[in-house]
Amino acid sequence: MAQKTVIEAIREGMDEEMARDPSVFLIGEDVGQRGGVFLASDGLYKKYGELRVIDSPLAESCIVGVAIGAAVNGMRPIAEIQFADFIAPAMNQIIEEAARFCYRTAGDFSLPMVIRAPWGGGVHGALYHSQSIEATFAHIPGLKVVAPGTPADAKGLLKAAVRDPDPVLFLEHKRTYRLVKGEVPGGDAVVPIGKAEVKREGTDLSLIAYGLMLTYCLEVAEKLAAEDISAEVLDLRTIKPIDQAAIVATAKKTGKVLVVHEDTRFAGIAAEVMAIIMEQAFDALDAPLMRLTAPDVPAMPFNHVLEQAFMPNADRILHKAKELAAY
Amino acid sequence: MATKTREVEAKGGQSRHRSLGLSDDQALRIYEVMRLARAVDERMWLINRQGRAPFVISCQGQEGAQVGSAAALRPGQDWVAPYYRDAGVILWFGMTAKDQMLSFFARREDPNSGGRQMPGHFGSRRLHILTGGSPVATQLLHAAGIALASKQRKEDAVTAAYFGEGAASQGDCHEAMNFAGIHKLAVIFVCENNGYAISVPQSRQMAIPNLADRAAGYGFPGVVVDGNDVLACYEVTRHAVERARRGEGATLIEAKTYRFTAHSSDDDDKRYRQAEEVATWRQKDPIQRYAKYLRESATLTDPVEKDITERVDQQVDEATEYAEQAPDPTPDDLMTFVYKQGTVS
Repeated sequence: MAQKTVIEAIREGMDEEMARDPSVFLIGEDVGQRGGVFLASDGLYKKYGELRVIDSPLAESCIVGVAIGAAVNGMRPIAEIQFADFIAPAMNQIIEEAARFCYRTAGDFSLPMVIRAPWGGGVHGALYHSQSIEATFAHIPGLKVVAPGTPADAKGLLKAAVRDPDPVLFLEHKRTYRLVKGEVPGGDAVVPIGKAEVKREGTDLSLIAYGLMLTYCLEVAEKLAAEDISAEVLDLRTIKPIDQAAIVATAKKTGKVLVVHEDTRFAGIAAEVMAIIMEQAFDALDAPLMRLTAPDVPAMPFNHVLEQAFMPNADRILHKAKELAAY
Repeated sequence: MATKTREVEAKGGQSRHRSLGLSDDQALRIYEVMRLARAVDERMWLINRQGRAPFVISCQGQEGAQVGSAAALRPGQDWVAPYYRDAGVILWFGMTAKDQMLSFFARREDPNSGGRQMPGHFGSRRLHILTGGSPVATQLLHAAGIALASKQRKEDAVTAAYFGEGAASQGDCHEAMNFAGIHKLAVIFVCENNGYAISVPQSRQMAIPNLADRAAGYGFPGVVVDGNDVLACYEVTRHAVERARRGEGATLIEAKTYRFTAHSSDDDDKRYRQAEEVATWRQKDPIQRYAKYLRESATLTDPVEKDITERVDQQVDEATEYAEQAPDPTPDDLMTFVYKQGTVS
């Protein structure tokens, strides 16, 4: 198996899906000649032409609304929002339209479409190029929300998202694009939506994360091992539908759980994970459930001191994990 | 590309429909669908006022713009993206009075939504009627997307997107027309300009008399047509369809018309419209006007009118009786089709 970056895995995933199925196409800002601002679609315009790699006007509602219509009429669009921070103009189309087509027609219509959005910080992206949007959209019934953290999962989940009959919000952490490398299986390796994965086995405590925080949690688990603390790391991979069984299983196994996310705290994904554990694994707990998140400020500031103060990092996760282990 | 808004004048003559290529039977079929749309609507108001159903939203007064434009399309091959008043459009595209009444009573069998949506939120994949929600103008972008797919697959389907002049103030309206213009999509934007968005008159919605003038900004033609002249609506839409099928792109049609009823059964239009204004427009009723023409052209005779009335009344009676007695959804139906394969949480 070849070592690849996350961005390479995503590009390959799109390329293979477009080659496999002529109804798959890409629409977004700068995705054509430029190959996307992160080069996610580099080479696809030349390979598939202007009818399948469409440079959209600078209008996010247009990108999503047109994708919805195309999906109604037999296509499988991949709509790229250049930065997750700019998805707000499309929220009416995503929440009121895409998420409800199936329900409001009692299954007559469904929308096989993917909305790709680079998210997350640590790249000096400031208030409007660093946001986490998963909790906002995970709250909306009718949407699926995916947030892979490794190249293999990024490619495999992208393939699953393209083939899914429902709208999938596919979140790509920008910091992982070129930072995280890993082996990507050849062939048509689809990773199912809705399945978490234990990325490291452990017995003393559980770290639950997704996106960039997965990489940090794996680093922390390694450091904890050096201190004879055995940490299990569960990668959610899919935010919605969340893998309740995997969450409950790790909680029951270790009895101590720390949930980590880069999104702000209030009503975040950690709160939902903790509620699931309280409902289904309360008796197995040996410590209060803990979470490490960004604080409830509007977004990540530009200045590096403020950026670091906002984002959870390996040191902070390690500190919190030791507190949990000692409880 | 500079384009100028065209204002279409109704041409006179006693064989207008024939000169437009419509047979007598086709001309009468248009009339019958207009009559059916009106009759279903009137029955819904009656039932609503008797307290037997909670909500109605009307097509009355706009049937000419609706059926005239839809009649230029090929039901089942072309697509329509209707808005909530477009009973005339969806009946032309194959929905029935029974379908409408099942929706009105929110029954389980309602083909639009299984009783989940308010009346007027049409949708049928089989009939190529796009599902609609309540936020306005969103469907214009969907129509552009449907037309994009037709272009990608090199199919000659045309998509007609319907909206009121209030919806034209939404950003999605601009974004849809802009995208359709760029890609020369086979979309026909049909604005049923009835002068009011609930209570707000056109003069508070836009600073121009003709919405169709905006088409120039998107690089395609804009046409103003008398929306209460069903044959004029047919004519301009047919031209737009031919243009679209030739690959020349979109057209914006602004059909000037009027809403006879309040916005909905929950609105009181006396708070913002003068009774005299409504009465004046009722004199221009598109159905009565078309009937007069059909009689003068000897297409509509007393026996034919009698047959049509009987058929329409029978459909409305049977639809009402069936739908009112049809079962409600069960509580279990609440949880189905959140996703194509059911519910996940």
